[in-house]
Amino acid sequence: MIPIPPAGPPSLHVSLRAVTRVFRTEGRVVRALGPLDLDLRKGEFFAVVGPSGCGKSTLLELIAALAPPTEGTIAFEGQPITGRVPDGVGVVFQENACFPWLTVADNIAFGVRRLGLDGPEVARRLDHALTLMGLRDFADAYPAQLSGGMRQRVCIARTLVTQPRLILLDEPFGALDQQTRLLMGDELLRVWRDTGATILLITHALDEAAMLADRIGVMSARPGRILEIIETGWPPDRDSRIVADPEFGAVTARLWRRLREESVTSLSGTSLSGTSLSAGAR
Amino acid sequence: MVALWRLLLLGVPIVILEILCRSGAIDRITLPPPSTIAVDMLRLLGSGRMNTAIANTLTHVVVAVAGSIVVGIATGALVHRLAPLRRVLEPLFATYYAIPIYAFYPLLIVVFGLGDAPQILIGFMLAVVAVIVSTLTGLDSVPAVLAKTALVHRMGPVATALRITLPYAMPHLFTGMKLAVAYAFIGVIGAEFIMSRTGVGYEIRYAFDNFDNATMYPLILLVLLVAVVVNLGLDKWERRLMARRRGL
Repeated sequence: MIPIPPAGPPSLHVSLRAVTRVFRTEGRVVRALGPLDLDLRKGEFFAVVGPSGCGKSTLLELIAALAPPTEGTIAFEGQPITGRVPDGVGVVFQENACFPWLTVADNIAFGVRRLGLDGPEVARRLDHALTLMGLRDFADAYPAQLSGGMRQRVCIARTLVTQPRLILLDEPFGALDQQTRLLMGDELLRVWRDTGATILLITHALDEAAMLADRIGVMSARPGRILEIIETGWPPDRDSRIVADPEFGAVTARLWRRLREESVTSLSGTSLSGTSLSAGAR
Repeated sequence: MVALWRLLLLGVPIVILEILCRSGAIDRITLPPPSTIAVDMLRLLGSGRMNTAIANTLTHVVVAVAGSIVVGIATGALVHRLAPLRRVLEPLFATYYAIPIYAFYPLLIVVFGLGDAPQILIGFMLAVVAVIVSTLTGLDSVPAVLAKTALVHRMGPVATALRITLPYAMPHLFTGMKLAVAYAFIGVIGAEFIMSRTGVGYEIRYAFDNFDNATMYPLILLVLLVAVVVNLGLDKWERRLMARRRGL
């Protein structure tokens, strides 16, 4: 294991060293993840793709401190992550995490009100988030009155108001239709440029990863490890029109070449290391 | 239109009852005509003779309801967090309403005397388990992603319960609260009926013992009206809250 310096180089935002996650269910031991090393640079847009059940979501939960690693260490801004979700980390989940009893504005302000900021500051951040996510006309609506895409915007906005330096997204557009996903991708890029936050996006959609990320980590079938990291080389001011670029096709094709074998392995029920696949990764 | 049908459904039997009473098919000792009961009720309320009894009963019901809601939700939230305790208690909750709680009434009187406490306790005991059970059901319905959201916002168990899980469970809590109101009425008035020196239940019993139909039936009507009005009010409130959540 490589020792972590107390304050890592400023360009390194998150670092995972020899991280594993092992589940014990009904007497069986299932290695879901790792050993895995990963470094996220400050301010980059990093996507993780991998076959289903490879432990992508587990990886996110470990970084968010929603679950502890079985072995290894995870550091955020040079500080090891232990137990609690670190300050400065925001998470957006795939499922609808809106609070149905609150209006859109109250949903978004929820996180920032918990920080104990004064009224004008809360109002200012709420206003900014409403504008950035295009929710200004829906501030007084309830989540049930919104479409799936709008609800996911509310959840993203609720994360943004806390001004996280690291935003973790667990298949945030997984439940949306293709057009909405492309548009939400644009929104996400705008948010990324606007906030300067580091983004880690977990996705099963290769085109989504290829369109949005600076770097894409390809994960193996369970137990998930990073097989390869692909640099896309997109300019920071990119948007969804990049899908028409021949280079986009090349990146997607490269991702699929790398993933195809892993997906087949994952489907056939035996992983590369021969570990039994009997239970879900979560 | 629906309201009209509802009115007809309630009104027609009352009219038929009125005709049966007026024609002598039902004799006056058994049941006075509904219109007479209504007039007697207004006169009784106007006389102020029942004010103390009504105030006592309502106070007891309010205390029993408030107590059962606070204790029931707190207990439900606690038991929900402690899985082993829940496994022990759940079958007991399920069979709780098989227990004839009134059987304990004499014991309660021995312990607490012939004051307010035994009646409130009976109402509370009947109501509280309905609140606990509906709190558990409500908390079970909270999606895992909301629990994770609470962790992301670095909320402790109490803040999570008050700000996220209990508000989410509100529809179920409402069911519990409506049951609590109904059970508390049953408990308090029933207890006054059996052994008490005050309250509407006691007055009904007293009138019954003295063949005083002009007091007994108006009081029964009053109890009926209060219970229906309170539940309708809760129902309206619930509908208003739920309409937003369902996006109506």
